[in-house]
Amino acid sequence: MSAVATTSKFKENAHDALTDARLQGALVHARNFTVRRAAAAERLPEFEALRDNARAVKDHTLAHLDLYLEAYERKVVESGGQVHYAQDAEEARRIIIELCRSLGAKSVTKGKSMVSEEIGLNQALEAAGIEAVETDLGEYIIQLRGEAPSHIIAPAIHVTKQDVEQDFRKAHRDLPATRDLSEPEQLLAEARSVLRARFLAADVGVTGANFLVAETGTSIIVTNEGNGDLTQILPKAHIVIASIEKIVPTLEDAAQLLRVLARSATGQDASVYTTLSTGPRRPGDPDGPSAYHVVILDNGRSSMLGGEFEDMLRCIRCGACMNHCPVYQAIGGHAYGWVYPGPMGAVLTPSLIGVAEGGQLPNASSFCGRCEEVCPVRIPLPKMMRHWREREFERHLSPAPFRYGLGLWAFFARRPTLYRFATDLAARAMHLAGRGKGRFSWAPLAGGWTQYRDLAAPEKTTFQSQWRAKSGAVK
Amino acid sequence: MAGEKRGGEVSAREAIFANVRRSLGVTGAEEPRRFESEARLAKAPPGVVPKRGQGGAEARIATFKAEAERAAATLAEVAALAEVPGEVARFLRENNAPATLRMGTDQRLATMPWSVTPLDILHGPSDGHDLNAVSVAFAAIAETGTVALVSGADNPTTLNFLPDNQIVVVLRSDVVADYESVFVRLRETYGKGGAPRTVNFITGPSRSADIEQTLLLGAHGPRRLHIVIAG
Repeated sequence: MSAVATTSKFKENAHDALTDARLQGALVHARNFTVRRAAAAERLPEFEALRDNARAVKDHTLAHLDLYLEAYERKVVESGGQVHYAQDAEEARRIIIELCRSLGAKSVTKGKSMVSEEIGLNQALEAAGIEAVETDLGEYIIQLRGEAPSHIIAPAIHVTKQDVEQDFRKAHRDLPATRDLSEPEQLLAEARSVLRARFLAADVGVTGANFLVAETGTSIIVTNEGNGDLTQILPKAHIVIASIEKIVPTLEDAAQLLRVLARSATGQDASVYTTLSTGPRRPGDPDGPSAYHVVILDNGRSSMLGGEFEDMLRCIRCGACMNHCPVYQAIGGHAYGWVYPGPMGAVLTPSLIGVAEGGQLPNASSFCGRCEEVCPVRIPLPKMMRHWREREFERHLSPAPFRYGLGLWAFFARRPTLYRFATDLAARAMHLAGRGKGRFSWAPLAGGWTQYRDLAAPEKTTFQSQWRAKSGAVK
Repeated sequence: MAGEKRGGEVSAREAIFANVRRSLGVTGAEEPRRFESEARLAKAPPGVVPKRGQGGAEARIATFKAEAERAAATLAEVAALAEVPGEVARFLRENNAPATLRMGTDQRLATMPWSVTPLDILHGPSDGHDLNAVSVAFAAIAETGTVALVSGADNPTTLNFLPDNQIVVVLRSDVVADYESVFVRLRETYGKGGAPRTVNFITGPSRSADIEQTLLLGAHGPRRLHIVIAG
């Protein structure tokens, strides 16, 4: 088991999120992402061609993953680093804790890493008596709050500045109580000075990786704050935690993906810091870590290769799918109950923690298709959500009323005459009942729908009978 | 190495490779697959490269300047390396920064006439107490207004992140079109398949939008990035 999941309670979580006025206020800020992404894509004529090639790079890599992993490992060792393999979260935590202990580490700084969230690293380090300090501003805020990230690139997007002020006043008790913390500028300045001391005192720095380059044995991270760099250059050891699908063949291949990553994520042409790290410090280097370790995590991914969810392994964690998702926009990331929210989370979560726990998430979709439209590596997210729904149904995991309802529908659908008769009757009845407004604000058995929006009243006749009347019957 | 064989058990490494190969339906020994992956590693095909950064030297420099400014860097151009110290002193004075400056052992910096300025020069990596530092870029990328710096005693990596004011000298002849051109230069300098400990691609000063999506400059890294194009 990895980070603790509340995914099986998705419905309750989503309901709570919809009625949380504070959260709804904070989520408004998430919508800026869509405007910025569109502008960045518009500004680069090659953007669509880059998306096609980004997909091709990933598909090629996945088809040769064993060979590129071998090549990558060889180059890391050549450059003086060490590679460790972890089949699951428990093994990854154990390796990192053993490394920290062997280095005599008391304090660990961390760059933002979703894989470290996935394995629940902070809690494990704390339990082992090692202090873990998140250094990305958003991650630092949610660490103080004892929360999980609610977005893969903007982890504290659900938090307001008033919340941050309260959190900082509680955490930074040695600072004067009368200080002004009302504006984001002041909050950032305080975080910068508090965390600067932590950077300089850390024994080990842990970062994730956006890409691992087989050609050179290089790990690449992108950040805007510079925290990932201070995390890795100041302590005596740099530990990279990354999953197997982060491998790319060459630096050129990484550049293809970098060009679509920042644009899809924040709408920047390039993140402020794109950092290539290869091994520990070299003879004559005056700074940088003396030791370099990479922990490569599988945690269920190798089983996704070659199957119907393989496409999901192309994901480069930009967050565009959740930024453009009407469901995510309405409920935020915490309702999804595990590490990865939004459409990519709805597909990945059942793969990684099982359909029994995560099977509800693929239902959190209106199938509008925007996620697939904006995905930089063109992952067919709606199609894969449908695969999960099929599996959930096959395994009798969907709720009884849903199954009976579907059974009832199937009974009629297999008897066309009866089906036409019944739907004609229903359409007429509902049309009559909804005559006034053309919509219902309440309907029997549809409270879950009408609580948040109206149900449109149907036309007087069904589509099929209108089609027949226009003599458009299939020839 | 963790994850190695313990008491006859299959190691994590072996188990992961076995599972990857089982899922892909391969053994890992197939010649065509090996040939294809080795050829890609050897040739490193460039893929789709945007036109934006392309062009002659003057066009590249113009694009580089425009893109760097979009990323909130400031720029200055001087005719010769000898004029860099004067420009650096002016920039620091204008921003009310103290008259101290840290740098590495890069020969091009060492031969500049710093004594004509009032600046106190410090050498070596930063311990976190420096407000100003200057480095020489390995290259600059027109496509995104990015400077590329490599680690080493010449230009220590800590100078790119700890000071408030980061100043980067870019030689006119080092402004290239795109990332791929930097990779070519890296291979020329460090050998194919080799790399320095750190390559930093830097586009503007540090920033964060983690509080209510309000974009603020000067997160953990420099608050200002000043680029001096010289030569």
